[in-house]
Order: sequence, then C-alpha cells, then structure tokens
Amino acid sequence: MYRVPQLTRLATTGARIVTSSARGQQTAAAPEKIEVFIDGKKVLVEPGMTILQACALVGVDIPRFCYHDRLSIAGNCRMCLVEVEKSIKPVASCAMPVMKGMRVKTDSPLTKKAREGVMEFLLVNHPLDCPICDQGGECDLQDQSMGFGSDRGRHQNQYDGKRAVEDKNMGPLVKTSMNRCIQCTRCIRFANEVAGVPDLGSTGRGNDMQIGTYVDKFFASELSGNVIDLCPVGALTNKPYSFMARPWETRKTESVDVMDALGSNIVISHRTGEVMRIIPRMNDDVNEEWISDKTRFVTDGLKRQRLLAPMIKEGGQLKQVDWEEALYVVARKLRQTPADQIAGVAGGLVDTEALVALKDLLNRFNCENLYTEESFPTVNGGGIDLRTNYIMNDRIMGVEDSDALLLIGTNPRYEAPVFNARIRKSFIHYNLDVGLIGSPVDLTYDYDHVGTNAKALDDLLAGKGSFAEKLKSAKKPMVVVGAGVLQGPQGAALLAKVHQLADQLRSKQSDKSWKVVNVLQRVAGQVAALDIGYKPSVEALRDGKKSIKLLFLLGADEASVSRRDIGSDTFVVYQGHHGDAGAEIADVILPGAAYTEKESTYVNTEGRSQKTLPAVQPPGLARVDWKILRALSEIAGKALPYSSIQEMRQRLAQVAPHLTRYGEVQEANYLKQSMELTEKSSSAVNAELKPAQLELADFYMTNSITRASPTMAECVRAARKHQQNPHIEQPKRHTAASAM
Amino acid sequence: MASSLTGLGGRLAVKSGYLHSLSRGFAATAGAPAPEKKPEKTTYGPLKDQDRIFTNLYGRHDYRIKGAMSRGDWYKTKEIILKGSEWILKEMSASGLRGRGGAGFPSGMKWGFMNKPFDGRPKYLVVNADEGEPGTCKDREIMRHDPHKLIEGCLIAGVAMGARAAYIYIRGEFYNEAVCLQEAIHEAYQAGYLGKDCCGTGYNFDVFVHRGAGAYICGEETALIESLEGKQGKPRLKPPFPADIGVFGCPTTVANVETVAVAPTICRRGGAWFASFGRERNRGTKLFCISGHVNNPCTVEEEMSVPLKDLIERHCGGVIGGWDNLQAIIPGGSSVPLLPRSICDTVLMDFDSLVAVQSGLGTAAVIVMNKQVDIVKCIARLALFYKHESCGQCTPCREGCSWLNKMMWRFVDGKARPSEIDMIWELSKQIEGHTICALGDAAAWPIQVSASFYF
Repeated sequence: MYRVPQLTRLATTGARIVTSSARGQQTAAAPEKIEVFIDGKKVLVEPGMTILQACALVGVDIPRFCYHDRLSIAGNCRMCLVEVEKSIKPVASCAMPVMKGMRVKTDSPLTKKAREGVMEFLLVNHPLDCPICDQGGECDLQDQSMGFGSDRGRHQNQYDGKRAVEDKNMGPLVKTSMNRCIQCTRCIRFANEVAGVPDLGSTGRGNDMQIGTYVDKFFASELSGNVIDLCPVGALTNKPYSFMARPWETRKTESVDVMDALGSNIVISHRTGEVMRIIPRMNDDVNEEWISDKTRFVTDGLKRQRLLAPMIKEGGQLKQVDWEEALYVVARKLRQTPADQIAGVAGGLVDTEALVALKDLLNRFNCENLYTEESFPTVNGGGIDLRTNYIMNDRIMGVEDSDALLLIGTNPRYEAPVFNARIRKSFIHYNLDVGLIGSPVDLTYDYDHVGTNAKALDDLLAGKGSFAEKLKSAKKPMVVVGAGVLQGPQGAALLAKVHQLADQLRSKQSDKSWKVVNVLQRVAGQVAALDIGYKPSVEALRDGKKSIKLLFLLGADEASVSRRDIGSDTFVVYQGHHGDAGAEIADVILPGAAYTEKESTYVNTEGRSQKTLPAVQPPGLARVDWKILRALSEIAGKALPYSSIQEMRQRLAQVAPHLTRYGEVQEANYLKQSMELTEKSSSAVNAELKPAQLELADFYMTNSITRASPTMAECVRAARKHQQNPHIEQPKRHTAASAM
Repeated sequence: MASSLTGLGGRLAVKSGYLHSLSRGFAATAGAPAPEKKPEKTTYGPLKDQDRIFTNLYGRHDYRIKGAMSRGDWYKTKEIILKGSEWILKEMSASGLRGRGGAGFPSGMKWGFMNKPFDGRPKYLVVNADEGEPGTCKDREIMRHDPHKLIEGCLIAGVAMGARAAYIYIRGEFYNEAVCLQEAIHEAYQAGYLGKDCCGTGYNFDVFVHRGAGAYICGEETALIESLEGKQGKPRLKPPFPADIGVFGCPTTVANVETVAVAPTICRRGGAWFASFGRERNRGTKLFCISGHVNNPCTVEEEMSVPLKDLIERHCGGVIGGWDNLQAIIPGGSSVPLLPRSICDTVLMDFDSLVAVQSGLGTAAVIVMNKQVDIVKCIARLALFYKHESCGQCTPCREGCSWLNKMMWRFVDGKARPSEIDMIWELSKQIEGHTICALGDAAAWPIQVSASFYF
C-alpha cells in the first residue's frame, strides 16, 4: 500500500510540505520562518519549504518538468537546477529544502548553463515533431526550449539516430506517442498516488526506460484523463480530441461540470460554436485540479442525439414544428388541465433557473405537483425540509480534516471520482480511517468493511466492532451516506439511523460546526431542486393514486416515469436536450440547452452554488430552458415576471438567497430540529446497501449526455474487455485487515 | 583544447574544495584526544604478515567458523560489545578508517550519525555487497573466504550505531558467495553470536542476506535501499539522507563490506594500531585489486599510501612489457578518471594523493593499460558500460550516457570530426554534477580525462 508510516511522514516534512500546505484549513501554530535570499531578494519562508516554492513566493518562476504541486517529488528532470552559494553543484530546487541564510541564484550563468545542458539532453531524443503534435502551443518542453534551448542541434542524426519507442495502447481515452516522452514520471505518480491504480510504471533502464502499463492493457481508472493535463509534452494526449484543434484557435469558457454532484470546475474549449474539449479548472475547495473521465470526455455526447427542433406527436409519429405551434399546444393543455392533474418532473441535469421557472409556472396554475426524478426520503416531511438532511455538511474539503470516515451505501470512486481522490489523499497523508457499509467495492484505499447490510449500523450505534471504536475516538468523524441507497421504502429509516449515529458522534464533539452527517448526492441538480422545494421521488405519480393528465418532464431521462405508470391518455411534454427516455414518451418536445450552452446555476452536494457560462449556442432551434418556460408562460397567459438573466437571478435570490452567492457554501442549520424530526420515524432497517455503480464499466454512462457519447460507449466496451482479460488480476477488495 | 584545460583546472579547484571541507570535519573528530605527535612515516608498504587483517584472502584455509576462530575472529566479541557504542565509535574514529566503498567518508563519523535518541523506529545497518564496479573484486574475496569477519563486523557496527539488524545486499551474480555467507551466518546463529542475546551480551541483532538482481546502480546507497525495499533500484533524492530515512523509512547506514569487515580487528587491536599505517587522513590497510596488463593480476592487502609503482611491481610482477610499456592506469575502479603514465611513476595510492592528481582512490581497483591497448576503445567500452547501467531516472545521465557512448564508438571508428572532441568534453561537463547520484559523474570522468590527454 502506498500509505507511508506516520514517523516517516513527520521526518519528510520537506517532501510533504506540498500536501500539508494544500490542506489550508489547518491552523497549527506556525513555526518560525527562516530567511533566505532569492537572487539577492530576502524572503521569509516556512522551514521545510523547497527552494522552488520559496522562489514562487517572490515571483521567480523556476522551469520544471517533473515537479507538480499535487504529486510527490521525483526530482528527476533536473530542469529546475539552481545555483546555491557554497554548494559546489547546482541543486534541484524542487527537492531541496531551504536552509537558513541560503543564497539562491536563479539566473546566474551557472544556473543557465545547467538548464541549457538539461534542455539539450531532453531534446536530443525528442522527435521535434511539434507541427503534428497535439500538445503544440501548450507544451512545457516547447515553451521552455524557447528560453533554454539552442538554435541548432549538436546531435549527429546521420550517425547516432534518435531513440524510437513503441506507442502504448492505453485504451480509448489516452493517446500515446512515446517518442515524445521525457520520462518525467508525472503520469506514473498520478496513477499511483492520486488515482490509486498502480497500472502505470516504468520498465527498462537507462536510455531504454519506457513509461507504460507494463503489458498492453486499458489504463483502467476513472481519473485517467488527468494524465493528459499532467504530461508536460505530447506523449499522452487526448485521444478523442486528437488533431481536432490547436489551443490558440479555441476560446475558453469557465464553467461547471454536471456529470456528478460535485460540480467540478472546468474550462470548456470551443471553436466556431463547437465544444472541442473540456479541461479542469483549479478549485481547491471542490476538485483541486482533477476531473473525472466522464467530465472530460463527454464532449461528443453533447453533439449527438440532440433535440434540434420542437416536435409534436401526430399519429404516433413525432413531427417537427415551429416554436410557436409547440408552445401553443402546451399552453392550451396547461390551461385546460385541472391543477391537480398537472405534474412536473425534473431530471438530474436541470439547472436551477429552469427549476425555478418550471415551479413558478406550475404554481401559477395552482399546481404543486413538482417532483425530482432522483428520490430522497421525506421522513414525516422532515427529510427535505431541513437542508442538513440532504447536503454534504462537512464539505468536500472536510475529508482532509477528518480522521474517521464511514461510507454508507456509496461507491464514491464512481459516484464522485474526484471526491474519492480526496479521500485517498486524506487516507495517505493524514491517516484517515475509512469504514464502509455496503457492497465491498474497490475504492483505491483500504477500509474496514463493516457490513453489507444496513443492520451493521446498529452494531456501530451499540459501539460494537473495531471501527466503532475508531469512530468513537475520532476527533472529526464523518459519515457519508450515498443518496442512492436512501431511495426506496427503507430509505427514511436508514437516514434516521444515520442521523442517530451522527448525533451520537456529535455529542462528543467540541467543534459544534462539525456536523458529521453528510449526504453524497449523485446528480448535479438535486440539491438545488430540494432547496427550491421540489418533492423528491416520483412515487406519487407511479402508484396511480393521482391521475395525471399533463406531465411536464424537464430533462427527466432516467425513465422513472413510464407510459405504463401514467396511462396512455396523459399528455407528456418533454423539455430537454437529448433524445433519450424522456423524449421517447413525449407528445411534445421542447428542445432545451445542455450545460455548456447556457448561463445557469448548479448547487453541488455540499450546497455550493456555482455558475456555468455559455460556451456555445444551443444547436438548431434549441433554446435556454428557463427562457422556453418563460415563453410558455406568456402564451399560457400567466407571464412570469422575469425576462432577462439578471431578473431571473433576482428571482432565484428571492426563492433562496444562497443560490446566487456563487462559489460559497451556505451552511445548513437546524441540526437539532432535524434530529428531532427524524428520530420519530426511527425503526429497524434491514436492507442490502448496494450502490448502482460497482465497477468501472458502470461508471461511464449515467445520464442522457453520456449515453449519447460514442467515447463513453467505447470506454464501457474497453472496461468490460479489460475485466475479461485473464492476464490481469482482479482488483483486490481492500480491507484494513490486509493492509500494511 | 584550451577550453578543456581551463575546465580541468576548474574541476581541480572544485575537488580540493570538497576535500577541504571534508578534512576539516574529520580533523574535528579525530583530533580530539590529541596525543603527542609522532613523527610521520615517509615510506609505505610492504605490509608485514602479522599486520594483515584478511588472513584468508586467498581461500587457502577453512572459511567456516572453526577456521575463522582459529584466525582470531569472534575473539572477545562479547567484551567489545560490552564496552559499548561510545567506545567502538571512539576506536573507529581513532583508527582514521575511511569508507572503503569509494567515497572515503570517515566511518567513525558516519556511524556516529546514527547515535540519535530512539524515536520509535528501529535502526538498520545495510552492508553494500553489491560489488559491481568494473575491476573491483575485494568484497567478493572477503565474503567467500572470510565471511565471519564481515558478520562479526556487522554485529560490532550494529552495536556502535544501535542497529536492530543488518541487511547484507549481495550482488546477484555472487551466488556461491551468498551461499558461503549464508552458511557463515547460520553458523554464527548456532554459536549464539547472532540473534537474541548475541554472545550473551543481551543485545539482539539479526543479519539477513538479500541477493540483488544484477544492476550496477544498486551499489549506490539509496538505490540499494530502494532495491532492498523491493522497488526498482533508482537512487533517491538527498536530503533526506539514509541516516534520517533509509530502508523501510528507518534510520539506516549503508557501509561497504570491507569497511565493516575491518571493524572487529580495529576494535581488538586498537584504533591506534590501524592508524599506524598510511599517511595522515589516509590510515589503515586496504585491499587492492590489480587487473589489466600486469603479469600477475591479484587482490592484495597493502598499507594505504603505498606507491602505485611499488604495488604493481611487488605484487603483480610488473606491467606486461615492462614499466616503460605502461600507457595509463585507472587507480580506483572505472568510476575514477584514469592516470596517464607520467603520473603513475610517483603517485601514492591513497585518497588525498589521488585526488591531488584529479583522480580518486575509489574502490582501489587498479586497472593497468599498457601501450598495446587502444585507449579510446577502452574508454568507449566504459561509456557503453555506463550507458547500459544508467537507471534512466534523471535526464542528464539517461540521455547523456547514451549520447557519449554513441560518440565514443564513432571516435573508435574514426567517424567523428575533431571539433567533436571539445564537444564531448562539454557534454560530459553537462552531465557531471547535474544528476541525482554519482553515476553521471562516473560516466563523465573517464571521457573528460581522456579527451584532455589522448584524443
């Protein structure tokens, strides 16, 4: 296991400083700062910092290839050599801790010469195929060779030749061109440290050293795409994006991802109205600088199966119409149908603006039947009335401060891959103890498997078992329950049990802001929908008690409501961006915009509201969702009082002020009250807790966009094939007993 | 060529600077008792038979415990252990023993680094028996013919540094040696010298043998540690040094076989006895391995500071074709720069005098080349060796060694331009001092010197 013993970690403050500084919330008494001189400039730095970090403090950028803030230090590219007074040799600034009174020269002739030497060596076996290399324009080697490279080579090509390395097949996502590799080992370190799959490594030695997966196999990780960003050269590039665009041709729009409930921050690169690729944007509170493969490679899903024009079903056949006609038909139905026979169902990808607009619209018609596809227990009305019950109260960052984590019925590795990477980070660097109740899955770190059945919670409540001890003695325990297992008839009781456990743990807490209980949502729109007042679960529609005559599906594509549930005479309106399960049963289709095409608000599982920005126009006749609803309201004769995004936002703020406080987390209150409410319904639970995504093949296709993506389909195929490969050992079930 | 010569001068300054700092450190520890100054010797060698430490170097006697004890091993080991760590360290410092693995760091000081308060982690002694340096064959003789010296040395060194166990990392190719060593360890356990309550002193100490897999770089101490931990043998960054974080994350000292093996004799006969050999700061006896164009290649124990010419004439029957037929000598294994004939006449075989002529004692593996040899081809062969053994971790060594190798073979074939002589010298400068470990330096040095003298 990768985990380092505690003492080692204490002693390697130099090597670990990166991670400890990344853990911003720690407020231990700062050790005395020491004085160093960078190019004669005095700077006070914390002991244990590296020279490179000290240089960054005074704004001196040291060229580097192998060094990366979030990975361990390899110190092998030697590009960051600097001269240090009283040292005979230039030192690698990325690895050398500062010492008192150290005088560093970052632009002396010796430093420059050393870097030029290293650059010459890096280029001697590099193919110099920049014109056909996808990294061109954003290549560290290209950039730094401008500063330290020579204008001519001394290499005698005709005699000595260049190294040729066979390209590796790492699956459908990562394209390799190993001739370009400079052996910085960033990808290896990422795979081993962050992603937790020891698939990548180096073979051979000396000039024959190669980076690869040892044998020809799929790089089976849900975070594999990040090696593309990490690779400083063009050795690992984005396979679906290959030869598509140059970085200087594309425009960049900062946005937010909706593939899971974390709301990873992304940058959308687009050119001429087409999304070319998605890359991560740094946000230490949410996704650091990683994104999952689904987030990154979903782009081609945005271009296929799109609903391009309004449609009306005539004689069982959907027929393209213009907006006026479609809206008129829907408006007439709205006016004609009695309020209690109208219902709206919102899917998981729907933005807050559209949710509010739909709610406002149906409310105007005295209809309160607004549901979300993703269900959630409504414990005696208490489950969703108090926000504590459905958000991740201790936040994503919190897991780094936590010392014991209990996962219940969730597989964060696939439900929220970036969060799982954060758990792993905390496990490795901060000694987090992890326990799991639910199906034993490979989480990339060791955990105590407390049980598969929810009954195991009773044991924990009674203090039985070794993990109960760990939880009890923890200073900041966290309980994370997956929203998936809270669905179904026993969900309410399970949530109550979780609350009881959390309350028990909380009672010993000195820090009252630490809430212990956390819910990991699965879809991006859920928290906002619950914040606004949608009722979770469409059970009410399915059990036939209500006779719904007009069903408005807002991006509801998970087939939670089928024709069988509602009867053939129900008029179904589907508004959304993909022709998926929702459009299949629709009588009218109103084409909406995907998350890359609209300015909208999403609230992630911690309750952090974030804003997407439109990168491209919605395709065809598709329009931004809240505007469609606004137009519909006008035709239906109950015009909603907002006609611009600013006015829309004002309305959001009216409904719930936190929705427009972008980037911030609105904390949930009324913890005590939520306890009181939930305890009433406390009863025994006996359910196998099985998250929906158990293995990698389950990960790729989870919503209408990913289902439309050929890349994702290929990934599923690759993952399945990978599993059947007899030469690859099946992932170990991690248990703490076998650890270390 | 002018540029290369000035560069050499620069290197000399750099090297003597390094030595200067070393000597200061050494004097500070060794000079503490300050006895009355004896007049220094001016001639060195030959070593008298009664002063030899390795009395079964040629395997004429029994290597097993019975034979070893008859040669004085395991004699009063208990008493030595009971005298304690302080005393052993004092004797080692007084002896002036410098590490025999090549770098020549004062052993007493190095072992003293481990004397830190216990922090919950066990300490380890790792013995570097990965003798892969071309030309070197001294540790092998110790391990197959005098293994008990090494094992006893492990125990004593272990006591000196408070180590819990010793790992002997033996070169994979030394199969028979590993067998002998393992057998000897078995005997020592049976005799109660190792294990729980060693020699009845209450000290617990284990010795393990770990066989390598045949990589030269695993002789570098941090690469050896990595390899011992089961990883690829790639040198670690320093700091942290092994004395802080070594094998399995615990404080570790890595010492050469010969260094460890002489420790018991030094403790028995006293540091002063050992210090009576050799020049100031280059004390003791040393195993020299002479190979190449001599009439009688051999491994021999001699006094430090013995003149190179004496060593070859006396023990090896001279250079093939006579001393005048000598072309060059590599005095300390392939990792040190070679000496042209003119220097070989007078140079003394010790750390300081070899450094003064821009070479080094290294492992004291003397490789003799007479005038029938194509020196460029010899250097090219060394370049090939380093290219093959570079671990590939850091850029200058990975890319540089293969580039040097290709160029050297072009020199051999006559396919190079004269301007490339200066270029190869520059390239070697671009490698030297820019790498994680010293392999890059070692690859660069032979080429640098030969570029200065022979091309």
